[in-house]
Amino acid sequence: MRNLMLTTTATLALAASAASAQEVRVYNWSDYIDEDLLTQFEEETGLDLIYDVFDSNEVLETKMLAGGSGYDVVVPTGTFLQRQISAGAFQKLDTSKLPNLDNMWDVVEKRTAKYDPGNEYSINYMWGTTGIGANVGKVQELLGEDAPLDSLELVLNPENMEKLAECGVHFLDAPAEMIPMALKYIGEDPDSHDPEVIAKVEPVLMAVRPHIQKFHSSEYINALANGDICVAVGWSGDILQARDRAAEADNGVEIVYNAPKEGAQMWFDQMAIPVDAPNPEGAHTFLNFIMDAENMAAASNYVYYANGNKASQEYLIEDVIGDPAIYPSQEALDNLFTTTPYPAKVQRTVTRLWTKIKSGT
Amino acid sequence: MRRATLILLPYLWLLALFLVPFVIVLKISLSDIELAIPPYTPTLDLSEGWKGLRDFFAGLDFENFVFLTTDDLYWKAYLSSLQIASIATLCTLLVGYPIAYGMANAPDHWRPTLMMLVILPFWTSFLIRVYSWMGILSTEGYLNQLLLSLGLISEPLTILNTPVAVYIGIVYTYLPFMILPIYSALERMDGSLLEAAEDLGCSRIKAFWLITIPLSKTGIIAGCFLVFIPTIGEFVIPSLLGGSQTLMIGKVLWEEFFNNRDWPVASAVAVVLLLILIIPIVLFQRNEQKQREAEG
Repeated sequence: MRNLMLTTTATLALAASAASAQEVRVYNWSDYIDEDLLTQFEEETGLDLIYDVFDSNEVLETKMLAGGSGYDVVVPTGTFLQRQISAGAFQKLDTSKLPNLDNMWDVVEKRTAKYDPGNEYSINYMWGTTGIGANVGKVQELLGEDAPLDSLELVLNPENMEKLAECGVHFLDAPAEMIPMALKYIGEDPDSHDPEVIAKVEPVLMAVRPHIQKFHSSEYINALANGDICVAVGWSGDILQARDRAAEADNGVEIVYNAPKEGAQMWFDQMAIPVDAPNPEGAHTFLNFIMDAENMAAASNYVYYANGNKASQEYLIEDVIGDPAIYPSQEALDNLFTTTPYPAKVQRTVTRLWTKIKSGT
Repeated sequence: MRRATLILLPYLWLLALFLVPFVIVLKISLSDIELAIPPYTPTLDLSEGWKGLRDFFAGLDFENFVFLTTDDLYWKAYLSSLQIASIATLCTLLVGYPIAYGMANAPDHWRPTLMMLVILPFWTSFLIRVYSWMGILSTEGYLNQLLLSLGLISEPLTILNTPVAVYIGIVYTYLPFMILPIYSALERMDGSLLEAAEDLGCSRIKAFWLITIPLSKTGIIAGCFLVFIPTIGEFVIPSLLGGSQTLMIGKVLWEEFFNNRDWPVASAVAVVLLLILIIPIVLFQRNEQKQREAEG
């Protein structure tokens, strides 16, 4: 909310200042950048930056597929990027305009090439894991000292969830994250595209569904930080932001993030340029600005997500680079899995299953 | 000539703002989903002339409407929306009528101020007002803090993300639409009728039921329709204040469109929703017309 208002004010102020100057329109996830970087970009390049935010890949994809979104840079997650590339939504990057590409990290590039072969259409912005955020005090009060904070047992075992319902649990409203997680829990391949295998998660999720207060992909940051809820399945950096907001507010709420020990999903948010971008030149300028080592480090230091920029690592604060929840150890990295997009027919099954789980019918 | 232009103008308006968008939605509802820009097929290609046009119409079918009947999610969502809209309308009436009654019976010089107070919330964005209800109703919110500090409850109440929060949101948002028509009906009422009733030995309560209510009936009906019709398709309030168990057709439509990226099925849901709404809209129209004739 705070962020929404800030962004809106910023956009209004920008729109009012100089309509004649060249504009770059960026559409990124909410709570996902150090806003000082936005002013810095304008000062360095003389371009007007219009920065809007979204909180779900689905909303972004709808805009991309409708065409004429008016944005120059958008930030879909790997699986969604892959599908939108095949729908013809993006243009290839002009690497001659991106000298800072040398800063990128080959470890991440190798993984993102799975979605965007050769990284021709996109650069990595940030990456992270999908896991569990918990209010330690409240959860231990309800489940005892040995509550399984780092296990899927916490959120997918109905016995635990029944008790946790009292203090509030939010799940991501993102089937592409929640279904692989449930598959992992029952020991199936999380990247399965077989409708029969996917159907096995229905009883698992239906059993915990009555104890879930809400399926939402951004509200949990504030709700966790304020103590309105005590457990959220969410994205690593968002939960770490909730942890810091609670610490700042000094309200006695202690939040921890854990990538489930059974295995966690790893995702990559990629910056790409829509095929009909009004200002592709400015879009390249923005991508190059973001790939600057110090700028990328500033963004990561602010939002607590790892990035795909090797050169930025020397500028990262210890809280970020030294936190295994953000930059996992090699051993933990091996325990992470990635997924690929569902084919169109399976997608229908998946979303219908998801609606069923969310609404109970 | 002038007369014809005068009649033509509203029809052009209707054509541009209602019929054209409806035909586009209807067309998409007869198409098939595809991974492309835009995400459906067929699209009209006039460059191929007659052949393009023929191919275009050959590609349309009612498959998506059939699909809606095969899945119980949709009719359950329609029914649940009707139920929520009916209960919310009744609640709004129960809250709105006393307010309108109080306003109509207030001293003349107060009325403009009272009227202003009813309209005042419209000066703030609807979204901001619903957001502020999230702050009031949340577990650690103002309402719970107030009740806890007064000692009325010992545990915070869970209101946000439940159907109760949705009803509160709807009643709050649509209250002015209920108050204004009832107020205008009550204001026009002839006060001497009540005096006559009392002179003839009718108690005040009985006079209220026998005279005031029937005379404000048109206002009540207008207010109820003004609340009921937009509430059925309401999306913002259930998605911000409601939880996972609030099933409303507006939300289902949103999910079809955004989560499933299935524009054709989403359009079919919208077409059916419109057909369902036509009944109350026509009834509302009739009521308005009768009222005009009675006055005319």
